[in-house]
Amino acid sequence: MTRGFRRIFFLVSAAALAVSFFLAYSQLEPAGRVHSEYGDMVNALTVPELHITDAVSAVNFNVRGFDTLGEEFILFASVVGVLLLMRRQNEEPAGDHEDRIDGRIVPPVSDAVRVMAMLLVAPTFLFGIYIVTHGQVSPGGGFQGGVILATALLLLYLCAEYNQFRRAVPQRLVEVGEALGAAAYILIGAACAGAGGLFLQNFLPLGKSGSITSGGIVALIDLGVGLEVCGGVALAVLAYLEELVEEKEQ
Amino acid sequence: MNHLPYAVAAWLFLAGLWGVITSRNLIHLVICIGVIQSSSYVLLLAIGYRVGRVAPVFVDIPANTQAVDPIVQALMLTDIVVEVTVIAILLGLAVQIHKGHGTLNPDRLSKVSG
Amino acid sequence: MSEYMLQNGILVFVAVAATAVVLTRDPASQAIVVSFYGLLLGIMFLIFQAPDVALSQIVVGAIALPLMILLALARVRKQGPRT
Repeated sequence: MTRGFRRIFFLVSAAALAVSFFLAYSQLEPAGRVHSEYGDMVNALTVPELHITDAVSAVNFNVRGFDTLGEEFILFASVVGVLLLMRRQNEEPAGDHEDRIDGRIVPPVSDAVRVMAMLLVAPTFLFGIYIVTHGQVSPGGGFQGGVILATALLLLYLCAEYNQFRRAVPQRLVEVGEALGAAAYILIGAACAGAGGLFLQNFLPLGKSGSITSGGIVALIDLGVGLEVCGGVALAVLAYLEELVEEKEQ
Repeated sequence: MNHLPYAVAAWLFLAGLWGVITSRNLIHLVICIGVIQSSSYVLLLAIGYRVGRVAPVFVDIPANTQAVDPIVQALMLTDIVVEVTVIAILLGLAVQIHKGHGTLNPDRLSKVSG
Repeated sequence: MSEYMLQNGILVFVAVAATAVVLTRDPASQAIVVSFYGLLLGIMFLIFQAPDVALSQIVVGAIALPLMILLALARVRKQGPRT
């Protein structure tokens, strides 16, 4: 199928798709006026009954906590997939690739980048921990804080040489951290079941709403998810980086 | 405002699909798949929004203030996680395809045998 | 119309930015445009009263995604073209 024919075929199909979108969306109520009782019920109940002030975290980890378990394992499985795809095949010779394109000079890392990265590592780390632990109080949560923590690790890579970075952040540690975070979710759920409720049904005392100990198990799940996401994102990005850097070192 | 978010969602979907079909580079194609996924964000956002209400965070406002729908926002969070996982794996596949076939052009890939 | 100006405006911006992302052919410059597009989506989430989702989108779509794209590009360039 030639490119021209493909384009014309797409334009015709896109016109048909646009017409079907139009017919479907015109049946919906106007945006902003859709009526839903489930959402209003969760909003009304989240502070009095659950003591959680961030309704989205309440939905994620308490009302629909089981779905978030699936979501975390989607992330875990994709990190495993990326590691498998980027693994260096043992049978390919290491000297086969050219690590420098002809005529392209790789500049050394500038001092400005190093200083800025060094200054930013600690605040980013602190901010990531703040977002993870205050997930049930203000907007934030395990996933967002986890990615910010992974960014802090990568800033560490920017301001150090690769060898120093590898010594500071060994691969095993990141892998174990990620696995621990993923297991923590299931272990907390099992502990809830063992304490006489259902899987992931809260049994810890709900603290005062607005403090970081509010919400019972939601605070613990946030920590587990933050650890897992930080480890997962760091592993995925390091898998992309690793072959790139080790070739340059030879 | 009445139906503009739905129209924008449809436009994002069609624009991303156009990018996928007329792409000459596998990495460009993967990014266009990301644009298609962002059309679902706009659609969910439009469904969850209530005119005149505030964000569903009650840390500094009284607890019985009317707020937007938080269930749909939780769905959007899962959607964003799925986007990053899909794009990570697709980029890994693109890199492996380039290692095996030497080219990132989807038109030239179909002619390689074996 | 003036009370929905913010919402309508940001929706139009997002549509224009998505078209720009699709029409940028070179992946290296597309990574920068995708980063800006992610930021614009985050602002849209904020205007539509979704701060949690905005935080997630900014962190993922403006930071993690362009990072992965640039790293994949660097690996592809390092592998070099073959016949």
